[in-house]
Parts: sequence; structure tokens; C-alpha cells
Amino acid sequence: MSGRCTMATAARVLRQLRRDRRTVAMLLVIPVALMALMSGVFAGAGGAFQRVGVPLLGVFPMTSMFLVTAVTMQRERSGGTLERLMATPIGKFDLVLGYALAFGVLAIAQAVITSVVSFTLLDLRAGGPTWGIVLLAVLNAVLGTALGLLVSAFARTEFQAVQFMPLFLLPQLFLSGLMAPRERMPAVLRAVANVLPLTYAYDALRALTLDGALTATLVRDVAVLGVATVAALVLGAVTLRRRTG
Amino acid sequence: MLPGLTVDVARGAVTGLLGPSGCGKSTLMRAIVGVQLVDGGTVEVLGTPAGTPALRGRVGYVTQAPSVYADLTVRENLDYFARILAAAEGRVDAVIETVGLAPDAGRVVSELSGGQRARVSLATALLNEPPVLVLDEPTVGLDPLLRRDLWDAFHRLADAGVTLLVSSHVMDEAERCDRLILMRDGAILAADTPAALLERTGALDVEGAFLALVSGEVKR
Repeated sequence: MSGRCTMATAARVLRQLRRDRRTVAMLLVIPVALMALMSGVFAGAGGAFQRVGVPLLGVFPMTSMFLVTAVTMQRERSGGTLERLMATPIGKFDLVLGYALAFGVLAIAQAVITSVVSFTLLDLRAGGPTWGIVLLAVLNAVLGTALGLLVSAFARTEFQAVQFMPLFLLPQLFLSGLMAPRERMPAVLRAVANVLPLTYAYDALRALTLDGALTATLVRDVAVLGVATVAALVLGAVTLRRRTG
Repeated sequence: MLPGLTVDVARGAVTGLLGPSGCGKSTLMRAIVGVQLVDGGTVEVLGTPAGTPALRGRVGYVTQAPSVYADLTVRENLDYFARILAAAEGRVDAVIETVGLAPDAGRVVSELSGGQRARVSLATALLNEPPVLVLDEPTVGLDPLLRRDLWDAFHRLADAGVTLLVSSHVMDEAERCDRLILMRDGAILAADTPAALLERTGALDVEGAFLALVSGEVKR
């Protein structure tokens, strides 16, 4: 591993994004617009927006970073630059970490903007501290990046990479408890939910919705998210192949 | 992929790898660079098995399709790879000069012509002055003047001790090489100097030598 290669890669990915102003604008504006839409949709539904609002702050960055990363990495494969990089001294982990770092920076911007707008203009309220929610949103985004890198190994085209979103993220979202309480799901689904990272992201964000108490459960949830992110990054690096057919 | 193939590439010379497209040139080059899955056999570069970590900074590789970032400028691409390869200070400017892209250094690669992109890709491989250069069809679609300049640059590198393996499907590039490897259907037809090849086959040019070897008029 080398810090030089990691930082160079992160800087390069950010430079590429800077050329694509529209994508950056969409990444920053769409989550805000969707939150505004949600607050409107749930306007007459009692406290529903207050219940789902904070968890959604974590879901949006995860989804968009997953998509952007999976497609960027797929491009790196089909464009031949990955093959070139694999013939240089760069470590696989340097490359993956460089990606995570670059999209992490973007995720911070996205999470801060979405949270600030939600808590000020959209009247979203949370018992927990805003910085804690932003931190969780960023952690979710990095997890999304890590999962995106991982699935790109199984996609041969950009279309396939994009299709991994409904396959990989939507079931996690359905099972997390955001749609319906997990306690009322069949035992099989509960068991599946218990091994999916988004479940822990939801629980942590839900805890911050209610109050800011630093409970053992909250610490465990955040730890699980961290471990899942590192595991996905390591798997993403392992699935990069220096030699291909 | 390439059963029963044995060939040596001379050090400090330009070796041309010639053959029709689909004959296995790229596969052989990928095996030398260490990015091809090899079922069996040995590939050694500078006395070390191909693809070992120690070789990764020492073998420059240019893929057939230009493999650079289309959304970065020429200079941004080279700056990135210079950092990855830990290239010496000033190398970015030097390679831009070598491939004749100084006027376009600030342009985004997606705006460049195919030939210009190929040159950015080539420049990238020259950054850290590797002792071995594997170039897969580096001169396709280039203006003849530029092609001549690049071949001159290849020979200057070879004179400085660099080993170059350059593939081409254009037989007229053969006469610019110190040694030739002719390939067809995943097999080596001949590996020799251009002069020796012509003498042995009695052909007037490399194209003729190739035909003579394929038709079996001359024993391999």
C-alpha cells in the first residue's frame, strides 16, 4: 500500500468529476429535491415525515454513491485504464481506497447540504445531534461506494452495473424497517435483515431521530456499519484481477 | 491460447511482432506484461517471471485501444500516471515533447483525434523510462511523418539499452525493426532479422516472406 498512489487516485477521480459539472450538480441537488418531495407527500400523514426523514438522509447518499462508483469503475474496466493500472506498481487497495476517499469527499458535501436544507427549510426535527446524522450519512455513502466497487466486479457493462442497484440496495431498504417494522416481518425475513448492513444504518439513524443518547446499541450499529464498509472495500480490492482472460 | 509457442525477445533492440489481426499478438504481449491469464508455460522478463510485483514499474505497456482518461486533459493524465509510477521530475514535459503533443497538452482527451489519443497513451508508458516497452500497435492511424518520428524515438530508446516489442499488422513497418517475429494463428512463423528472413525466403519484402512461410514453400 502507498499513500502516494491512494492520494493521486483520489485527486484524479475528483478532477474527473469536476469536468462533469452536471453530474456533480445532480448528486448535490437531487437528494434535497427528493427530501422536499417526501415532506410534501407525507404532509397530511401525521408525523410520518419525522419518522422516515432522518433515515432517508442516510439512504440517499448511499444510493447515489453506489451508482456513481459502480459506473465509474465499470468505465475504468471497459476503457482499458484498469488494465494499464494493473500493470503498474499501484496496489489494488490503493486504487479502491482512492475511490472511497474521493466519493467520501463528495458524500460529505451531499450529506451536509441535504441535512441543512431538511432541518431548516423542511422542518425536519431530530432528537440527536445534526453532526451525528451527517456523520452517519457520510458513513452510509462510503458504504455505498464500497458496495458499488464490489458489484462492478460482477458487471460486464454499465447497464449491468446500474441494474445492481435494485438488486443490491432495494431489498436491503425494504428489509431495514423503513417500510414496515421488522418485528412484524416473518422470521425468515428478520433473519435476513439481521445480516444486511442497511438494517444497522436504519437502526442507528432511527436512534438519532428519537434522541441523542449514546447507547450501546447505537455504538454497535455504527461499528457494524464500519466493519461492513471495510469488508466491502477489502472484497472490492480482492475482486480486482491483475490477470484476465 | 497460444499452445507450444517459444520465442525470445532481444534486449536493447526493437523487435517487431507482426501478423494479421487475431493471430495472438495482443495475447502474447499481455502475457509478457503479466495481465493475461496463462494456462501453462513460462514467460520471463529480465530474468524474472512476468507479472511479478518487482517488474510492474519496469515494463511499460501500451494497449491497442488508447487507455487514458477521456475526461482529463493530456497533462492531467500524465500527471496522474507520473505519480503512480513515481516518475522523475520533468518527465511529463519530456514525454509530451517526445510524442509531439506540446500544443495540445491542455486539451481534454475526448476532444483529441484517434491518433492524438494513441500518442497520449504511448507517452504514459514512457514516463518512468522502463527498460522494457511493450507497445501494441502504437502507430495505427498516424500521419506518416509522425510515424517516422516515433520509430526514430523507438530506435533512440533501443540505442540507450531499452528492449522494445512493437506489434503491427502493417508489414511495411517491419523494415524499421531490428528483429522480427512473424505470427499467424497463435503460432510463430519465424523469428529473425529482416535481412536474414528475406534471404531465407528469397522474398523481396516482409509481406512476401510471410506469404512464402504460410504457403510452406520455405521450411520454417
